[in-house]
Amino acid sequence: MIECSEIKKSYIVGGAEMQVLHGVTFTIRTGEFVAIMGPSGSGKSTLMNIIGCLDSPSGGSYALDGQDVSLLCDDELADIRNSNIGFVFQSFNLLRRADVLRNVALPLVYAGMERHEREKRAKDALGSAAFPEEFWHHLPNQLSGGMMQRVAIARALVNNPLLILADEPTGNLDTKTGEAVLDTFQRLNMKEGRTIVLITHERYVAEHAQRIIHIRDGAIVEDSSVKNRRIADNHHDETK
Amino acid sequence: MTRPSDIFEETAIALLANKARSGLTILGIVIGIASVIAMVSIGRGAQGTIQSSIEGLGSNLLTIAPGVLQPGRGFVSSGRGGAQTLKKTDADALANIFGVRYVSPEIQRRFQVTSQAGNNTNVTVIGGREEYAAVHAMEIENGIFVTSANDRSMSRVAVLGPTTAQDLFGQDGDPLGKTIRINKINFKVIGVLKPKGGTGFFNPDDTVIIPLSTMEKIIAGSDYLSTIAISVTAKDQMAPVKEEASALLIERHHVSEPDFSIVSQEDILGALSQVTTTFTLFLASIAGISLIVGGIGIMNMMLTAVTERTREIGLRKAIGARRRDISLQFLAEAIMLTFVGGVIGITLGWMVAVGISRITGIATIVSLQSIVLACSVSAVIGIVFGYYPAQRAAGLNPIDALRYE
Ligand SMILES: Nc1ncnc2c1ncn2[C@@H]1O[C@H](COP(=O)(O)OP(=O)(O)OP(=O)(O)O)[C@@H](O)[C@H]1O
Ligand SMILES: [Mg+2]
Repeated sequence: MIECSEIKKSYIVGGAEMQVLHGVTFTIRTGEFVAIMGPSGSGKSTLMNIIGCLDSPSGGSYALDGQDVSLLCDDELADIRNSNIGFVFQSFNLLRRADVLRNVALPLVYAGMERHEREKRAKDALGSAAFPEEFWHHLPNQLSGGMMQRVAIARALVNNPLLILADEPTGNLDTKTGEAVLDTFQRLNMKEGRTIVLITHERYVAEHAQRIIHIRDGAIVEDSSVKNRRIADNHHDETK
Repeated sequence: MTRPSDIFEETAIALLANKARSGLTILGIVIGIASVIAMVSIGRGAQGTIQSSIEGLGSNLLTIAPGVLQPGRGFVSSGRGGAQTLKKTDADALANIFGVRYVSPEIQRRFQVTSQAGNNTNVTVIGGREEYAAVHAMEIENGIFVTSANDRSMSRVAVLGPTTAQDLFGQDGDPLGKTIRINKINFKVIGVLKPKGGTGFFNPDDTVIIPLSTMEKIIAGSDYLSTIAISVTAKDQMAPVKEEASALLIERHHVSEPDFSIVSQEDILGALSQVTTTFTLFLASIAGISLIVGGIGIMNMMLTAVTERTREIGLRKAIGARRRDISLQFLAEAIMLTFVGGVIGITLGWMVAVGISRITGIATIVSLQSIVLACSVSAVIGIVFGYYPAQRAAGLNPIDALRYE
């Protein structure tokens, strides 16, 4: 599903070139649940942006689902993100003015889907993210952090993506709420077979995945499967 | 690709989220459009009034005046007293030209006119013959017009324009048979004209008409004519008659260059409509400036919105919005602002135009044309001033936009 070979990325900062990724090579198969782990500033988010077709690498090649992404134009990339990828950003990035349902349905607006179908799918996605129904018409700033995270997850699920990319989805949450979110990902991976890439700097969180890719200073230092995989407690109802 | 209904909804949500700012931006457009509509309506109104009053002066009319009319310099006479070149005999000779229906020799002077009750008014007193009425399309309301018998006998009789009649005898008074004094000489009122409606520069309702011979001998003391008005049988005879009249007068005056000028209604109409068109354009361009200022207000608001919503734009792009989706959204906001502003502005401009007519009596014409113009101008403003901000939004890199604080 994801084939990265010798991915490099550098930024120009103050006239000097700063290399953030120094040739990263790995593959992720369809249906895998992989955690990318590393300290702050190691280049995790940068890598996720490349995997998510939001950014293009300065060197190396990246193929998503067998297709070389570097050959596509902006609008084609937008279409790929719209139909194949679900993002959960480090900061939730919800629209302030739109209620929960509209936020979740937003990717489908750009898919050109009609309202009725859109709302039905948004409700299904909110169900999968274990988001309580009585908050469907609330605005994001009327929700707790945990619930906003679920809205962000539901939005990532709404277009039935092959690939879900989650950047520090538990970073802002307490242990219990974080646990519930991790449970949601594990269910999506096991029951629905979605490919999930989860970015974190916490070993505890990473151990909920099947496999962990460690990166440090823009290079892979370890890539191994998890021996004693953690299964999240199914207590998401307490987040209300 | 976003559906139009979704774009509309997004636009409404975005604009309603900041009502004060949207309202002020719309106000800018409202003022611009309203002033264009109101100003153009005043210009058009003036044009219409002038046109109808010139046409009311008489149809197929040629006016001969002494002196030479030079464009931009007015009447230029050759030497002192040279403006006195037209005589009654010239008028009689002109009557024989083919295509001439009536010739009306005229002397005009301004005099103080008094009624016996003591009312007085300063009016244009015109010495004319029987033909004056036909040439200038004057109709009698009461009594009779000056006759050729009056002219032959140098009668002291006068026909009053309706405004003059009212000034001298009041709203309900009957001037017929009464005596008025022009330049201290008594005249008997024999008729009152029907109202024709005033023009700014010469009001045919505010006149006194007396027999030409009486004017020459008793009042003015001069037999040089102020004008000779000729009514021509048909429109296509205007040019030949003008040419022939010119040739005849040159010959009669023994001059090589004309010492007179012949002006047709079209000439006056053309010159004046040029003036009123310039006037209208002038008003419209002043108003247009405020419309441009309104447009800049829209651009300013949209640029602010793009900056404020950078993260939102980044998110939208990240989850699959194409360039076009983003640019359409911002363009739609700009167009919505101008559309609402345009509708309110047209209504307001219309009301202002009607108000101006009511209060000042200046005629105003709100034409469909100016409404269509205002609508398309506001649409263009929305597109032009919304385009740049929309392109800026669409061109944002999703990563940079998401990282924006
Ligand atoms: N647009 C950019 N311009 C310049 N430097 C950048 C840019 N984006 C990222 N960087 C730099 O690249 C490095 C890696 O950033 P990245 O966001 O990928 O780290 P991260 O591993 O996600 O960290 P964290 O765990 O704190 O989120 C950082 O040093 C950062 O300063
Ligand atoms: Mg990061």
